[in-house]
Amino acid sequence: MISEFAVAVALSALAVAVWSFVLVARNRPPQRALLAGLAAVEVLLIAQAVLAAVLLIAGERPGSMPTFIGYLAGSLVVLPLGTVWALAERSRSATAVLGVACVTVSVLVLRLYEVWGGAGA
Amino acid sequence: MEPVPDVPATASGPGRVLVAVYAIFAVAATSRAGVQIATRFDEAPLPYALSAFAAVVYVLATIALARSGVTWWRVALAACSVELAGVLTVGVLSIADAAAFPDETVWSDFGRGYLFIPLVLPVVGLLWLRRTAPTRTPR
Repeated sequence: MISEFAVAVALSALAVAVWSFVLVARNRPPQRALLAGLAAVEVLLIAQAVLAAVLLIAGERPGSMPTFIGYLAGSLVVLPLGTVWALAERSRSATAVLGVACVTVSVLVLRLYEVWGGAGA
Repeated sequence: MEPVPDVPATASGPGRVLVAVYAIFAVAATSRAGVQIATRFDEAPLPYALSAFAAVVYVLATIALARSGVTWWRVALAACSVELAGVLTVGVLSIADAAAFPDETVWSDFGRGYLFIPLVLPVVGLLWLRRTAPTRTPR
C-alpha cells in the first residue's frame, strides 16, 4: 500500500466525520453536501482497494492475508451500510450515524495500513 | 386480552447511533474471533472462546436493540448486562493473569485496544434501555 494515499483516505474520512459532528451540534439532519462528501470518501476507498488488489497481484504480501482482506472488504461496505441505516430515519441522529461510520472508516484504513506493514492480527 | 404496552423504539432517535456502534462491534468481534479460532485456537482456547462469546453477545445486542417490542427489549437488557459483566470479568482476568491472555480480545484490559468503547458501550446501552423501558408511560 502507498502510505501517503492511505493517510489521505483516513484524513478525508476524519474530515467528513468532523463535518458530520458539527452538523449534529447544530441539530441538522443529513444534507446533500454531506452525502456528497461521504461519496467522495467512498470513491477514495474504492481507489485504495483497486490499488491494494494491483499490489497483491504484483506479488506483495501483507502481514496477514485474511485480516487484510477482511479490513479491505470492511472499509468498502461501512459507508454504504451506514448511509442506508442513517437515511431510514432522517434526523439529527442520522447525521451522527454518518459521523460514526466515517470514524470507523478511518480506523479501518489505519488498521489496513498496519496489517500491510506486517502486523499479524 | 391485556393491552400491549406502548414501547418506545430502542432503534429510534439516539438509539440509531447506539445500534450503529453495536453493529460495528458485532462485526469487529465476530471477525476477530473468527480469525483467532480459525488460525490459532490451540494457543489460547479460553480467551478465543471468550472472544467468540463476546461476538455472539454483540450480535444479539445489535439485533435486539434494532427491533421493537417488549421481548426484544428484554433480550437487549440481558445482552447488555452480560456484556458489562463480561468486559469487567475478562478485564480483571486479563490483567491478573496476563499469561492466559496472549492475544488481545475485544474485552482484554477492559477493551483498551478499542479505546475502552467496550467498557462504555454496555453502560450507555443499559441507560438507553432504562429510558426506553416498556413499563414507563408512553411518550
